[in-house]
Amino acid sequence: MPLQTPPLRGLHDERGAKFTEFGGWDMPVEFDSIREEHVAVREAAGIFDVSHMGEIHVTGPDATTLLQRLTSNDVTQLEVGDSQYATITDEEGIIVDDTIVYRLPDEDGEATYLFVPNAGNDEAMHERWVDHRNEWDLEATVDNRTDEYAMFAVQGPEAADLVGDAAEESILDLRRFQARYVTIDGVECWAARTGYTGEDGFEFIVPWGEAETVWSAFDCQPCGLGARDTLRIEAGYLLAGQDFDYESDPRTPYEAGLGFTVKLDTEFVGRDALEQVREEGVEEKLVGFRLIDRGVPRHGYDITNTDGLVVGSVTSGTMSPTLEASIGMGYVPVEYAEPGTTLQVVVRGQSKKARVETTPFVDTV
Amino acid sequence: MSFETPDDRRYLESHEWALETDGVVRVGISDFAQDELGDVVFVELPDEGDDVTQEAAFGVVESIKAVSDLYAPVSGEVVAINDDLFDAPERVNDDPFGDGWMLEIDPDDESELEDLLTADEYEDQIA
Repeated sequence: MPLQTPPLRGLHDERGAKFTEFGGWDMPVEFDSIREEHVAVREAAGIFDVSHMGEIHVTGPDATTLLQRLTSNDVTQLEVGDSQYATITDEEGIIVDDTIVYRLPDEDGEATYLFVPNAGNDEAMHERWVDHRNEWDLEATVDNRTDEYAMFAVQGPEAADLVGDAAEESILDLRRFQARYVTIDGVECWAARTGYTGEDGFEFIVPWGEAETVWSAFDCQPCGLGARDTLRIEAGYLLAGQDFDYESDPRTPYEAGLGFTVKLDTEFVGRDALEQVREEGVEEKLVGFRLIDRGVPRHGYDITNTDGLVVGSVTSGTMSPTLEASIGMGYVPVEYAEPGTTLQVVVRGQSKKARVETTPFVDTV
Repeated sequence: MSFETPDDRRYLESHEWALETDGVVRVGISDFAQDELGDVVFVELPDEGDDVTQEAAFGVVESIKAVSDLYAPVSGEVVAINDDLFDAPERVNDDPFGDGWMLEIDPDDESELEDLLTADEYEDQIA
């Protein structure tokens, strides 16, 4: 299958970006250097093209019910301009995807939402929503608009200044997870105070054809998916398909440390199974760790106890540019999950000492 | 983007360079290779006195995004390693043909260098 391309692929190429396949998209992985881009976001500001993220629009009299039944969080808590992080689980409570649900201004008097599934999951999530709507006989329109919107993130301690200057309307009064329509150089876009870096910042959902105008409105370091990954690992954020994967590493939100997204007082697919998991407790948990010995932990490396017995595997790992230390995450039995526990990560046949740490690894907003 | 490929040395298809001086062969990776890897964060090298074999892996270079084996341009004994790289692996990015060198080999057979690519041939490969 040919890769999907973001609207500004040509512009990024001219800027000297390197590209990588991610979720079926051909995305910039690095513009200058992952370290430079990473440092810019921690110390100043950077802009990311995340147009590979999906956008699914849901409206109609039963839109709220449909989202409530398919996401683990409580969408009835959302006023217009609010958003929330949620997981999408199956009947067994296994995470199918994670998402942010935005409540847009009402359309035709009906509650209206936009939710953002991960790259490559938009078609499956659209189908999931349509199938359940039909099965439950709900009245809602579900529209996959992934090909209609670009998405950019402006992140870092100076992001608010850049965004405040660029937007025609006031925007800095938005608190974290709040959003509204704003105009950037004449282009209306949906701006949310959200992000995936651990820094203050905004994400913009922009009409595909107007992408260049909005991208060019922010004079800061362009950043690729490489820095996005090192930043999110430092912040302890999970990556779908890596820190949980419906096929290869099925996990419940409780195992993944996402219990805060699970509202058992709502009715949703997977709720009953998750109530049981919560009562019985989990056997394994996602933990953060720091390598004490030299080496770089990578996805798939074994985690052992100090006797060399394999007890888990690394889901994400990197050399942290901020800490100048090797950090990572992985699932281990709860008896090894306590911060301070010594474990080992097997790097090319050699056991490297590691210590369990609480996440985030760096201070975040 | 164009990359340096100094013509005082030979190259492997796997992007290592080999520079012979007074019977000792110094080894590193090319400008192209360091750019492809991006920020180098870790280098794993053999010990002095170890033997290496032409075209066999002798070590590993890791960047933030990738892990790559390092291959020996000639067979012989390792007579020096650049242990400055353990604390300053970024030298591989900053100066791949100079301070970013990795090891020195006392070759069993200097004529093995003739098996390697010339700078022109290597430039064609990465073009």
